[in-house]
Amino acid sequence: MNSPLLRVTDLRLGFAAGRQTLLAVDGISFEVGAGETFALLGESGCGKSATAQGIMRLLPAAGRIVGGSVELAGRELLSLPEADMRSVRGARMAMIFQEPATSLNPVLTVGQQIGEVLARHRHLTGEPARQRMLELLRQVGIADPDRRLTEYPFQLSGGMKQRVMIAIALAGEPDLLIADEPTTALDVTVQAQILDLLVRLQTERGMGMLLITHDLGVVARVAHRVGVMYAGELVEVAPREAFFTNPRHPYTRALFAALPEVSRRGGALTTIPGQVPSLDHMPAGCRFADRCRYVTPLSRDHSPPWRMLSDGHKVRCFYEGGMAEEAPHGETVLPPLAADTAPILDVRDLKVHFPIRRGILQRTVGHVKAVDGVSLSLSPGRTLALVGESGCGKTTVGKAILQLIQPTGGQVKLNGSELVGMPAGRLQGMRRHLQMVFQDPFASLNPRLRVGEIIAEGMAALGVVAGGRERAAAVAILLEQVGLPAEAVGRYPHEFSGGQRQRIAIARALAVQPEVLVCDEPTSALDVSVQAQILNLLKSLQESLGVAYLFITHNFAVVEYLAHEVAVMYLGRIVERGSADEVLRSPKHPYTRALLSAVPQPRLEGQGPVIKLGGETPSPANPPAGCHFHPRCPNVMEVCRSVWPASTQHGATQTVACHLYK
Amino acid sequence: MLAYIVRRLLYAIPILIGVNLLTFALFFVVNTPDDMARMQLGVKRVTPEAIQKWKAERGYDKPLLWNSQAPGAGALTDTIFFDKSARMFVGDFGRAEDGRDIALEIKGRMLPSLAVQLPNFILGLFVTIIFALTLAFFRATAFDFWGVVLCVVMMSISSLFYIIGGQYLVSKVWRLVPISGFGEGLDAWRFLVLPVVVGVISGIGSSTRLYRTIFLEEVGKDYIRTARAKGLPETVVFLRHLLRNALIPILTGVVVVIPSLFMGALITESFFGIPGLGSYTIDAIKAQDFAVVRSMVFIGAVLYIIGLILTDISYSIADPRIRLK
Repeated sequence: MNSPLLRVTDLRLGFAAGRQTLLAVDGISFEVGAGETFALLGESGCGKSATAQGIMRLLPAAGRIVGGSVELAGRELLSLPEADMRSVRGARMAMIFQEPATSLNPVLTVGQQIGEVLARHRHLTGEPARQRMLELLRQVGIADPDRRLTEYPFQLSGGMKQRVMIAIALAGEPDLLIADEPTTALDVTVQAQILDLLVRLQTERGMGMLLITHDLGVVARVAHRVGVMYAGELVEVAPREAFFTNPRHPYTRALFAALPEVSRRGGALTTIPGQVPSLDHMPAGCRFADRCRYVTPLSRDHSPPWRMLSDGHKVRCFYEGGMAEEAPHGETVLPPLAADTAPILDVRDLKVHFPIRRGILQRTVGHVKAVDGVSLSLSPGRTLALVGESGCGKTTVGKAILQLIQPTGGQVKLNGSELVGMPAGRLQGMRRHLQMVFQDPFASLNPRLRVGEIIAEGMAALGVVAGGRERAAAVAILLEQVGLPAEAVGRYPHEFSGGQRQRIAIARALAVQPEVLVCDEPTSALDVSVQAQILNLLKSLQESLGVAYLFITHNFAVVEYLAHEVAVMYLGRIVERGSADEVLRSPKHPYTRALLSAVPQPRLEGQGPVIKLGGETPSPANPPAGCHFHPRCPNVMEVCRSVWPASTQHGATQTVACHLYK
Repeated sequence: MLAYIVRRLLYAIPILIGVNLLTFALFFVVNTPDDMARMQLGVKRVTPEAIQKWKAERGYDKPLLWNSQAPGAGALTDTIFFDKSARMFVGDFGRAEDGRDIALEIKGRMLPSLAVQLPNFILGLFVTIIFALTLAFFRATAFDFWGVVLCVVMMSISSLFYIIGGQYLVSKVWRLVPISGFGEGLDAWRFLVLPVVVGVISGIGSSTRLYRTIFLEEVGKDYIRTARAKGLPETVVFLRHLLRNALIPILTGVVVVIPSLFMGALITESFFGIPGLGSYTIDAIKAQDFAVVRSMVFIGAVLYIIGLILTDISYSIADPRIRLK
């Protein structure tokens, strides 16, 4: 390889904390060639985003570049005066960010935001600039670019905003594109579109791309080479093939083993014990030593040097012996659903409509049909996964079942008692049987209450355990069940990590001994290795306590691993449901098929062709006539445009609402 | 947008009736019509007959809110409240106790009030935004630190001190402009300079600190990082990207006071002897002149409601995400 486009040597970045500077990135070196995609992979807090910002010299106010060198096409960037650096940023290298919703200026039009890059770096203004902008928008796959130029970011969907971000990045015609988690905030079908777009643009332009991600599936789909970061250091660098066939660092292998997959059903996921060391307590030797199963006295005291394995594949680990294989997980067959078990939760034709008001008198002129006739049933001790993309109404279903939102119509029967319209006093008693775990463990725990108080509150309110001493004993048992130390009782939520907080949230929900737990994306805010811990916990709790889960998620890997039954939602309605085996192995509805094909798989083979869906989910205020999915459906027929399809039965459990099946 | 404004104006009607009732009730809880008559006639040598005569002449001999003797609708209309307060809805403010027409008086005093308030407002906004923007630009430096210290010191000093200090220094020691008073036409500028400058200075401290906080909050947002990643110079990032977004919260506090500028400033006008509406209100309160007080409270409420509507309209101009419905 001739001289690389980007060469990072021994880069060290820190954050000022009081008088000292804590190193977030400690001496990492890598190269990105022209036309190459280098993925920097790691979990939250490992320093991968700081690295990207350090290369752009865009660290937040407390950030410091401590040492090292960053060369772009042979030119050192770290010693450039700020004024010269500004002509590099946006022109020679550009960056796109994780949150397209907040990364665009809300009060400037798309045209103004692209135009200022053209004016600054290409000296284009007026009509030539406009022509160039239209060309850029077409390149990033935006239909009707003329109209979009005068629109504001809030008028665009999430995927469209990220396309505009990419157009802005491309406007300066950069040699290097830094993409910081570019698809993490997007739905899988949109993620597939954006990843395709990035790969296509990169090949066409011969750009180098530095991709920051935590998602092994994304790496498998787009990267040429991968660098794995852990606690501010690179621990393994490998070409894509070697990375997926022969990962060598114990941390990399642990990441793979923590992935929920269908082959691991029935067994527990491998977890990484302990936590990432904090910045001010870095171990002297290998930083992974405390959590590593191959740890030796040598690696505790000495930071391991790089070791070349094969061409381009190197690893920082002393351990050389063949990796002892983890015992293969036998595929345990889940016990079949006994036909005579009465469902504990039975939802019939649930509807939640929000009124739209207009005019001088604020008359209701229409309804947002967030949930429009959803039926589900959940048996004791089973897991039903409700799957769908953002905006499909799945979270609203969860809240309506708990009567946190008043349903507009339908029935919710818990153990035979009708919850819809139940008087508030009796409903409170029913909450004993039905609890919820929320998505964001950082926002859903009261920061002013101690953990013990958080867990005991529900018990006291619902009179489950009377007496302070008995409650304290119950809290201690719950903490042990969810794997938290007993002294957690007296501490506050902010003292815990994300995974630990989700454990607290689960303990809080379990405190009143519910039969049904509604889990709303309980792992989507967590890292893969922490997600594995939570999934294991949920699974073992189900086995020991017999709780039934309604698992609301967009993550198919989690569904495959955990769910007995699956229901797929699109625009407020369920389009396909059945046992996890049937729905995931032989999806019938075109939407389910497209969703499944769009999920990036974290392996070399099995990257099947993605079924591309045009556009994004329409607004539930004005759903398309007939089958809601017809404008995006690859198999659309005439009848789909006017008639909502009736459900048909397939196999033992599978029902599909689609005109393809009669 | 039009439907929105119409709806807001309709909402204003019950609010104004409420304001009227409340002012009326407050005033007559403290004062009875008899008290008013004694005050106007002079406390000594006042006979019950003289009080009755005074009340009858001015229509204060009627019941306050409900006339049980009057037939039909007269129960509501033949009362002090209807005569004195409800008629303001059609622009009839009546006469002050000294017999002068209140509407005419207000018309004449509006201009002097505005002559002080408008330059004070515009200049003040301009100075504080620039000062706050500069502090935010040099955030976390010694300049920023001492700037904030200066703001805290300035906002800790009473506005009376600025007025008296300004009058002493500029008028008495340096003899640059007159201490107080007002002139006709263009000649008025000599009397206006000092109140405007004093007004601007006394407002700098608190506003600058507020705006600086708003700017600093915007500096940390993602779109600012995007603007920097485009390679834009920091001045462009501030003036083009940050300022427009920060204006949205700033508008909340600023636009609402614009209509109220007509009302004048109570203290400033009294101290500088400016014949505006502020000093008019103060004098009326001292003299227990109910007719004037209720008129000024009513106009104040109307102007405040207009200010709130203007605020919403200005939002929809500054922020494309807001569409008034």
